[in-house]
Amino acid sequence: MSGSMPQPGAASPVDPVAPIDRTGGYLGPTGAAAVGAASRATPARWRLLLRKATFWIGASVVLFWVVCAVFGHAIAPYNPLEQQLLVNNQPPSGAHWFGTDPLGRDVLSRVITGARDILIITPLATILATVLGTALGLAMGYIGGWFDTVSSRIVEAILSLPFVVIAFLFVVAVGTSLLSITVIIGLVFTPLIARTVRTAVLVERHQDYVSASRLLGEGPARVMFGEILPNVLPAIVVEFTVRLGYAVFAVVTLSFLGFGIQPPTPDWGSDIAANYSGLLAGYWWQTLFPALAIATLVTAVALIADSIEQVLNA
Amino acid sequence: MAVFLLKRLGFMILTLFLLSLLIFFAGQIVPGDPGRAVLGPFAANSAVQALDHSLGADQPLLTRYLHWLGGLLHGNFGISYQYQSAVAPFIRPALVNSIKLAVLAFVIVVPLGIIGGVIAALYEGRAADRVISVTGLSLSSVPEFVSGIVVIVIFGVTLKVLPVTASAGANASAFSQFRHLILPAIPLVLVLFGYIARMARAGTIEALNSDYTRTAVLKGLPEATVIRRHVLRNSLLPTITVIATQTGYLIGGLVVVEVLFNYQGLGNLIYKAAQHHDFVMLEAGVLIIGVVYVVATLIADVLLTLLNPRLRIGGTQ
Repeated sequence: MSGSMPQPGAASPVDPVAPIDRTGGYLGPTGAAAVGAASRATPARWRLLLRKATFWIGASVVLFWVVCAVFGHAIAPYNPLEQQLLVNNQPPSGAHWFGTDPLGRDVLSRVITGARDILIITPLATILATVLGTALGLAMGYIGGWFDTVSSRIVEAILSLPFVVIAFLFVVAVGTSLLSITVIIGLVFTPLIARTVRTAVLVERHQDYVSASRLLGEGPARVMFGEILPNVLPAIVVEFTVRLGYAVFAVVTLSFLGFGIQPPTPDWGSDIAANYSGLLAGYWWQTLFPALAIATLVTAVALIADSIEQVLNA
Repeated sequence: MAVFLLKRLGFMILTLFLLSLLIFFAGQIVPGDPGRAVLGPFAANSAVQALDHSLGADQPLLTRYLHWLGGLLHGNFGISYQYQSAVAPFIRPALVNSIKLAVLAFVIVVPLGIIGGVIAALYEGRAADRVISVTGLSLSSVPEFVSGIVVIVIFGVTLKVLPVTASAGANASAFSQFRHLILPAIPLVLVLFGYIARMARAGTIEALNSDYTRTAVLKGLPEATVIRRHVLRNSLLPTITVIATQTGYLIGGLVVVEVLFNYQGLGNLIYKAAQHHDFVMLEAGVLIIGVVYVVATLIADVLLTLLNPRLRIGGTQ
């Protein structure tokens, strides 16, 4: 989000490079014009993805955290909420691999079960943002005119604020719950996705197949969702995976600042916020392990997003 | 050129106006009334009403917006709920502190990012490129407080070479202030590095594949001359704009870093305002951030136009 944070995914979602592989490519109503973008999403392209080492590394790490999120309470050696005050602030040992926190809770168990809320919020928020952003971007790019001008100004005004700052405004106003964090992150990311989709639509709307379907008497909604949407889908897929990474970034940052997932629910961001003053006393394990958990998850999502982007834009 | 600038200026004012609307009305969603929020649940109703009246919270919405906007234009940001005093005097020193930190981060990251991106482009597809690109991508996706904690553990706790708080205290020397700001600047540098390197890499690859580069090589210029005179001059142009648009992100990152290192900047100011439901302070801080971003974008546009004469002719590209 230029304006909020770096966004590798937004660069040239649809480039005019000739398609290499047309096997299985969806031929639009008027043929060739649609091939350029549509063939990017062919099965052959997706098979290229499976040959990328970065994709496999990213996917395995994400899968690991998904398993932790689903089966966390069964895998974790201790109850993540159970306080054993006699063994607080213990360094890593055989009994507690990642040590214990100031309340004597097992850090390993909290790291494992802490994956759950993040992996619920981030996909939901990103899906919400993608659906709303796609609809808005399609309308802005296709309808154009005053609607586009007004919407673009509003989008630009929102994007002139970093997401943390917008999130502050709304979280303070409506409070912190799983639902409100999901909706706020979804709404904050909507203009970003709308802008990317709009750019992709502007390229497509002058193609022959769009004028052809309009001449056949298709209404604006049918043209936007039936004709243009399938052709800008690759750009949306890239944007979705990139945003997913930033959604994780956003959730853990809000939690760290105390405006996200609330204690005592195990959560990496809020656990770091609760314990980082202990760093100076030498209790590094209480913050380092949740920090590494965050680092591995966000890096893995970024690697997947990058592989998909490379494959679809190759 | 003049038309282009005027148009950009007009858009800027429009954006700021929309921003002020957005910020003001976000502040109105808050449930309950500000008087009650300040005085707590046990205060007498009459006291709450009196405070609401003195804050202007009992006026109609439009009146309050116009009053707020009018105040802003005169440099009056209102009265903070949490400190019960004017907001404006808090803003200036916080802004100055944030700018110090941001400038330090930029001074470190811009040359690093550009050098990294250019090296990656010159070795495109080879090991050096993969290392720089994947490292940059990974670093830029890690939140600032995570990398901040790692650098605190390494440099502040284990090696004990740098102070772990950002404030050097009153009357500290410039060098001491600088030393205190190194650790807080690192997380910002790490996040921005990947992004700037990526842009510099893309620009350099495009310039390397261009006809003029091929001509320069074919006419026998030494490789170093080709890169310095033909490739870099063209590739760094888009990178400059990108850097300017990152100021907005940078301020978002500052919130987290200033909280982690307990530094009294604008980010910390709005963080505390948000914690205390101090909407007047929050709105003022957020608006200042928006202004800084919009102005930075305008400067980037002007800079780009000055550096690239082709953009001047058409007005806008």
